[in-house]
Amino acid sequence: MNALAYRGFACAALALGVAFAASAEEPALPPGLDAPKEEPALPPGLGGATSEPSLPPGLGGDSAEPALPPGLGDSQASSEVETSERPASRLKLHGFWDNRSGFRIRDDAVQSKTATLGESRLQLDARVDGDRASFEFIGDLIYDAAFDRVEDDIRFLRLTWPVTDSLDLRIGRQVLTWGVGDLLFINDLFPKDWVAFLSGRDVEYLKAPSDSLRVGWYNDAVNVELVYTPRFAPDRFPTGDRFSYYSPLAGGLAGADDPVRYHAPHDYFDDDEIALRLYRNVGAWEVAAYAYRGYWKSPGGQTLLPPRATFPELSVYGASARGPLGPGILSAELGYYDSREDRGGNDPFVNNDELRTLLGYEFEAGKEFTIGVQHYMEWMQDYGDYRRTLPFFVPARDEFRHLFTVRFTKMLMNQNLMLSLFTFYSPSDADAYLRPTATYKINDAWQIFGGANIFLGRERTTFFGQFEDNSNVYAGARFSF
Amino acid sequence: MKKHFAFAIAAAGLAACLSAVAQEPTVDDIVARTNTASYYQGKDGRAGVTMTITDAQGRERKRELTILRRDSGEDGGKQRFYVYFHEPADVRDTAFLVWKHLGQDDDRWLYLPALDVTKRIAAADERTSFVGSHYFYEDVSGRGIDEDDHELVETTDTYYVLKNTPKNKDAVEFDSFTMWLHKGTYLPVKVEFEKGGEVYRTNEILAVDTIQGYPTVTKSKMTDKRIGGFTVNEYHDIKYDLDMPEDIFTERYLRRAPREYLR
Repeated sequence: MNALAYRGFACAALALGVAFAASAEEPALPPGLDAPKEEPALPPGLGGATSEPSLPPGLGGDSAEPALPPGLGDSQASSEVETSERPASRLKLHGFWDNRSGFRIRDDAVQSKTATLGESRLQLDARVDGDRASFEFIGDLIYDAAFDRVEDDIRFLRLTWPVTDSLDLRIGRQVLTWGVGDLLFINDLFPKDWVAFLSGRDVEYLKAPSDSLRVGWYNDAVNVELVYTPRFAPDRFPTGDRFSYYSPLAGGLAGADDPVRYHAPHDYFDDDEIALRLYRNVGAWEVAAYAYRGYWKSPGGQTLLPPRATFPELSVYGASARGPLGPGILSAELGYYDSREDRGGNDPFVNNDELRTLLGYEFEAGKEFTIGVQHYMEWMQDYGDYRRTLPFFVPARDEFRHLFTVRFTKMLMNQNLMLSLFTFYSPSDADAYLRPTATYKINDAWQIFGGANIFLGRERTTFFGQFEDNSNVYAGARFSF
Repeated sequence: MKKHFAFAIAAAGLAACLSAVAQEPTVDDIVARTNTASYYQGKDGRAGVTMTITDAQGRERKRELTILRRDSGEDGGKQRFYVYFHEPADVRDTAFLVWKHLGQDDDRWLYLPALDVTKRIAAADERTSFVGSHYFYEDVSGRGIDEDDHELVETTDTYYVLKNTPKNKDAVEFDSFTMWLHKGTYLPVKVEFEKGGEVYRTNEILAVDTIQGYPTVTKSKMTDKRIGGFTVNEYHDIKYDLDMPEDIFTERYLRRAPREYLR
């Protein structure tokens, strides 16, 4: 019930009361019906008419005056709209200047340098918007103090062209991502930069750019996205110069003196990659199917003469789903890695087929505090054949590699301070990787940050264990414009 | 005779009362009209927002964003929101998508352009800060009108004064909030949140324009004594009834910002 209904009822009751005015035994109104007086008192400051807020400009001083109806206010309205419109610029120019340094916190016998990171990075970001098409450029110029060299890294050089209402084309250098994992990728076979990730660059540098054509066709039944990369774009993986790695041929850790020698497919159109995603929403759930045909993105094979890491042919077929479950978001993804050069598993120098699965859940555990957990698994196929043909000097992988991740994210100080800890832990490999980070926004232009990349492992042959001596801390500042 | 006279008075009184009741909207009407005036003007709409956050020490931070909104149909029904950040640098070109449902958790996505990632955001506490401002997510997309009991505590020449008490007290940080609703437009000129009788959070409308016939808030201010400081929102480039297609509010346009509607 509400007050107006009560009031109406009170009126009726009052009228009836008058009708039977002769009687002094008028029934008393039940508590709560009898008058506004009995309503809860207004909190301090709300009491009298003086506490009533004054009308803002636009609502008019005279309260009795009705608001302007549609039509009557039109001429006035249009002039107001004009005065509040801002000119839109077709060219936008931005960027940042980022300085950070990091160093090893353990001695590394195969590295002479303590510094893992020492760079001054200038990023320029330019965008031109046409009526339909737009053009983007994002490029970095880096002075690398750890190696005393200047590098450039063009991350975007892309034309976006919506051809029709249901067809988008994006051509050029671009960063591409899909799939539902958090820092874990199954059906996303776009290039990653593991060196940047492991050494404390901003997480955006985990994704390396590729020169691709992306075609999107959108409709109610199923959306189709096709990415064609005419020349294979491998991951940027640790090659020894900055980060030492485990070399099965050397039988131990290798560093700057013994960098990875590799041979990547590099012919345009012959060594191409094609990636496909079909997706749609089913209620609140997003479901997708994926296919990829190309190469292992990080070395997935080895030749002995000459000793070179190789990128064997690979096809991947997979699916994912993501949606709300209880208070959080559930993510699931799987992919079958068809290692086309070693389908039988008999070639010890080419990766076997694998089935990879991921299950994740993220939820808000407290005020501005989220927790995300994931389980990820790689299941090597034809494991018996792998063990039977594996050379004696190469340490054997397990049939199953399990990986758990936990992410804690906490925002503090009006969301200007963000603390995060991302932990990878593999019970099967007995290794772990901890990524604590802290970022503080001093103001809209300046932010400072620090973090660490801590690798732990029982063996030096496992994925994270091989990096143990590369454990590092870093800090820096960024000015944005 | 006396009895007849009494009846006449009674009839007149009853008629007067009834007509007064007919003119005064019911509380449910007021609540529905306020909800429409605040969140459902036109069938869709766009606004540029300049958000100035002043913290307890007087330091200012600015956010520049564009909000697109599309209603599913009837006022008070489902809606979709698309929020695009122009400034500051650390969130530039980030896009945020909300499918607002009634009586169940909203679906929310965040797009991070540097990584080309669409993240699904867990259905969180709606009463947490929106991008570090004094406004909550719920202030941006609207609090469900069924989540509170509403009571008209006063009617003045200018305002309906509505007190709202949460049905589920554990889900919110306030005991009640009181709205001063402008009678002509149903816009909430002032909203005060109190806990234990103390008002700690106040939103004020500072300016209104009539745009395409819709009375529209063009400047508002939220003050929060618990956090300290305040946030002022200035709205510009407001336009209604743009006939935005529904698919603007999907993953496709998270990844490729709909520039024709963002300006």
